[in-house]
This record gives sequence, structure tokens and C-alpha cells, in this order.
Amino acid sequence: MASLKELKGRINSVKSTQKITKAKQMVAAAKLRKAQEAAEQARPYAARLAEVMGSLASKVTISENSPKLLAGTGSDQVHLLVVANSDKGLCGAFNSNIVKAAVQKARKLEAEGKTVLFYLVGRKGRAVIKREFPKQIEHMFDTTDVRNPGFNEAEKIADELVALYEKGKFDVAHLFFAKFRSALVQEPTGQQIIPVPTPTAAAATAGQDAVTEYEPEEEEILAALLPRYLKTQLFGALLENAASEQGASMTAMDNATRNAGDLIQKLTIQYNRSRQAAITTELVEIIAGAEAL
Amino acid sequence: MALHFELVTPAKLVRSEDVHMVVVPGTEGQFGVLAGHAPFMSTVADGAIKVYKTENGIPEEIVISGGFAEVGDKGLTVLAEHVEN
Repeated sequence: MASLKELKGRINSVKSTQKITKAKQMVAAAKLRKAQEAAEQARPYAARLAEVMGSLASKVTISENSPKLLAGTGSDQVHLLVVANSDKGLCGAFNSNIVKAAVQKARKLEAEGKTVLFYLVGRKGRAVIKREFPKQIEHMFDTTDVRNPGFNEAEKIADELVALYEKGKFDVAHLFFAKFRSALVQEPTGQQIIPVPTPTAAAATAGQDAVTEYEPEEEEILAALLPRYLKTQLFGALLENAASEQGASMTAMDNATRNAGDLIQKLTIQYNRSRQAAITTELVEIIAGAEAL
Repeated sequence: MALHFELVTPAKLVRSEDVHMVVVPGTEGQFGVLAGHAPFMSTVADGAIKVYKTENGIPEEIVISGGFAEVGDKGLTVLAEHVEN
């Protein structure tokens, strides 16, 4: 059995750990609110752009001259998996869930005989993917020097992706991130981003669009808008990811705080018991000594 | 009659107000939008859009880049990637 002093030390160390997890939980709660607000503010732009894309795409028939971003390269041999992770830990299984989804997809594609490449965003998750697919990492995008990944980062990522795509480095790109359902539930999601899946035209706009004039031509507008649409999608994913990370962090830290509480209780009971045992032994010794006289 | 004008960036809704006229630098030439304009879509060159709050007022200039303008029955919506203040 551990000595009294050891027990005391352990109780104190668990207490200070609990303080840290509690603080992190509150920080995550505050940041979650901010992240949700940011996601809320990004919605009008994304919705509008999707609407416009939908009505444009429904008018343009995909032919050989269509922009490659929409029509594809004509093959689907090389797949690029864009995996968006966070830069910081202490958020439970958040990162490993995303990585797991991506690795699963990669295995599936490989089983079909396709080539798989990775494009990693964020610091966490690099290690695992590096271990599993050491030679297939195309690029690692660093977000450690910015506080919150924002539109500038999304823009840079999209530009790099488009450049790679135009060089013919890959044929299809999938994006992996965690969709924010609630503070408790984050859903690792994979979706295709290149070639751009045509957004379905909203039924409401269909009627009025009949007379809409375009300047320049529909196809040119579409070509100009495709990279922007990609940026918006990446931006949306980054925002969702940020909110999910804070949500996951909050839940994980809540659990950790509770566990620390349980541990402290158990250790305190143990401490009191051994203290009592020590006193009893001492008393017994004194009494035995007195009787011997 | 007032034109409803919205300026949206990915980060937020920058403007949503009723104005008299907005002059937008389209890629194929500038165009002014008044209330009741026919449905119209155009890409926007990087530059300043001019917002006329009243008919004879001094226009307010907003510099945008990566823009796209859409005129519908709800008014004019400008989607811009970046807005300079």
C-alpha cells in the first residue's frame, strides 16, 4: 500500500490536472460559440453561390469544351484525399475519426486498383497517415501559424488544388472533415470536391431564370465561378471543422474533469483509510507497551 | 422606388440596405442597376462599386475583388471574395 505522503502527492496532481481540463472545457465552450457564429455568417454567401451555380450548371451541357473542373479529366485513376484536421489535441477522438474515415476510403480505392494521394491540412493526423501511407503524401498544408483557419487559407488550399489538378497530378479529389451536428456529435464526412459535383438547382429560381441575361456567356461565368465555388466549399469545411473541434474538445474535457473528480474521491477515501489504520496501529502499540509494564 | 442592395463575402454579410442606384464594374463594362432592373448575371472586375444612396448624392465607393453580381426580383446581390474597407 502506498504511503500517506505518496497518496497526498497523487491527490494533488490529479487536482491540478482537473483544473486544467476544466479550464480547457470552458475555453472550448466559448470558442465553440464563436465558431458557430462564423459558420452562421458564412452561410448566405455559400447559399447564394450554390444557387447561382445550380442554375448555371443546369443550362450548360457538359461537353469536351466544358471547364475541366466540372467535366473531369476523363479518367478516375488517381484520387487525392484532402484531409482536414485540427492543429491542437485535447479534443478526444475528433482527429482520429477523420483520419479513420480517410484511411478507410483510401484502402477501398486501393483495393479497386486506384492510386491514392494525400493532401493534409492541419498538424494532427499527419503522423498516422505518414505511417500508413509513407510515400503518398502530396503536400501538407500548415495552419499552425494562424489562429483560426479562415477564407485566406481556404483560398490558398483551393489554388494549390487547382494548380495540381491542372498539372494532371490527380483526377478526383475528396475532402474529409468533421460535420458539426451538435456539441456532442461530430460526423466525419467525405465528399467529392473535384470534379465539382453540380449543385442541384433550387426549384424556386427555375422560373425567373428563364429570362435572366448573362454577361459574359453562361459558360464563361461558370468557368469563373467554379474555382470560387471550390473555395467556398473548402471554407465551409474548415469552419465546420473548427466548430466540430471545439465541440469535441468540450465533450472530451467534460469527461476528463468528471473522471478526475471520481479519481480524487477514490484517492481521498484511500488516504483517510490508511491514515486511520496508521493511528490505530499506533494506539495498539502504545496500549500493548503500557500493558507490558 | 428603392433598390435592395446586398454585398456578401464568405466571412459575412457586409451590406444589406435600400439604395437608389449601384454602379458595378462588370468584366464587359460598367453597368448601373436601378430598381426594377431585368434579371441579370455578370462577373465583376476587381475595382470599386459605387453606391448612390440618393439620386444626386455623392457615391460611396467600395473596393472589391473576385466579384460576381446577380440582379433578381429581390434586388442586386454582389458576391465578393474580398472587400476593402
